[in-house]
Amino acid sequence: MAGAARTHRLSTPVSPEALAELAIGDIVYLDGVIYTGREGLYRRMVDEGMAPPVDLKTLSNVNFHCSPAASVGEDGSLNLGAVTATASFRFSRFMERFFELSGAKVIVGKGGMSEADYRDLFVPNGAVYLTTVGYGTGALLGRGVARVQAAHWLEDLGIAQAVWVLEVSRFGPLLVESDLAGNSLFERENRATADAVERAYAGLRPPSLARYGETVSRGDEVL
Amino acid sequence: MKRRRLTADSAGPIRSAMPEIARDTLREAASEIMARAAIEIPRDYRDGIRGMLEREQHELSRFVLEAMLENWEAAEADRRAMCADTGVPRFYVKAGNEARPEGGFVALEEAVRSATAEATRTVPLRPNRVHPLWRTDHDNNVGINAPEIEYSFEPDADWIELTTVHKGGLFGTDYRMLFPADGIDGIKRFFLDTLVQFGRRGLACQPAIVGIGLGGSKDTSMTLGKQAACLRPVGEPNPDAGIAKLEAELKELGNNIGMGPMGFVGSSMVIDCHVEVGYTHTGGMPMSVHCFCLSSRRATARVHAGGEVEYRSDPRWFTPYMRRETVGWQAPLARTA
Repeated sequence: MAGAARTHRLSTPVSPEALAELAIGDIVYLDGVIYTGREGLYRRMVDEGMAPPVDLKTLSNVNFHCSPAASVGEDGSLNLGAVTATASFRFSRFMERFFELSGAKVIVGKGGMSEADYRDLFVPNGAVYLTTVGYGTGALLGRGVARVQAAHWLEDLGIAQAVWVLEVSRFGPLLVESDLAGNSLFERENRATADAVERAYAGLRPPSLARYGETVSRGDEVL
Repeated sequence: MKRRRLTADSAGPIRSAMPEIARDTLREAASEIMARAAIEIPRDYRDGIRGMLEREQHELSRFVLEAMLENWEAAEADRRAMCADTGVPRFYVKAGNEARPEGGFVALEEAVRSATAEATRTVPLRPNRVHPLWRTDHDNNVGINAPEIEYSFEPDADWIELTTVHKGGLFGTDYRMLFPADGIDGIKRFFLDTLVQFGRRGLACQPAIVGIGLGGSKDTSMTLGKQAACLRPVGEPNPDAGIAKLEAELKELGNNIGMGPMGFVGSSMVIDCHVEVGYTHTGGMPMSVHCFCLSSRRATARVHAGGEVEYRSDPRWFTPYMRRETVGWQAPLARTA
């Protein structure tokens, strides 16, 4: 890490000033309200033009790419156990419109998105990306959930895709993957490991049988 | 041990004299291992990570490993799943040749499915399983071909062992048809391809137990590789010295690509490498690679005919019988003494 990592406690809604303090590699803990949303929410809002189940703009500006390990009791009670993120790159195509509709400024997820996404989608919206750690620290993040406020669209979308509204306290640890300037921690680390990866391949012949669509350049990523 | 000869006269009375293994005991054991797998990191894996942390020099990679150690403690203290992606739960059943489950194996499968639904609600696990096309979700991890149940058998035993594995299903696994001309170089190259493509950004959730299936047909190589990753503990090499040497070479190679957890600069990529083989087509060498992740979840119960249940985290799946190479089965010399 370049210099010592700083640790931030951020309260929701996270202010532009607080976001401006964040640099890639910093450690973050969240307090306040966050909501889960992934393809279930995105397809309805972005593809089908449905209104969200709750006014996201007033609820929180933190969207968590997550499905919890949770169950629903016969009396409708919500039992939430572990909480971890799901890989975010799959949601790239929804993000432009979702930022507009939701007012989200903080995306919490797994694995980050591409540098192009940060440049084209996050930076113009004044948004940052925080990555969960591990993965995944499901028990630690589960401890950070003080209360489940609601699980919207539970019946139609199921437990995994429902929109869970979570009151969180010292929710983390998370790492700043992309800051307001669109820098990316993962891309920095990819560049830093590139040479050692190439050395490991030295002298190994290419395979006898190629596959359609195959890349042989380690400079390309799979996302 | 003298091998028992089963004749028309002896087979009937011997088998019917064996007590049955009660279906309720099997169901309770299946529920218990579902919870243990989700909550308790196997000791071999945790100790392996502690060892990697001692050698890891890079601050970001160390931060991730330390967070994981803290996470496993929190999971056990809270009796909470260690990771919310509780994977796609599956079962491995090893049945002694003399074991008789009450109601037969149809009842055993029902017990396993019932335990899966129950643990999904009570632990809770994430209900990950949906129909691939209609996305139908029963919120209980049960459906068509879910959970998978794979079988193996063991001579001279009257118990049944149930093992559950909770492994994620999206990243960290790949398959390739290699050929004899590709040789060990081809194996190394495809091993690296898989680690690098899924290691970046930590999509493989490494450091991983990397399982490799070599040989068989395509499906056999996938099955063996997954079993190698999920059913052998850290630190247990293949008994074939040549294969064990390959395992050690691959592990070292994987830890020298300068990459650690989450794809950060580091040296903690492969906690162990396990290779399992099957005789294959003379012209080919199919290979699969599987990464069992920072939540390497497995738990085993041995259920005896008398009703006792022993729990452990080492499945002991690959027995000498499983790896037999000849037509008939002859117990190895060590066991005949």
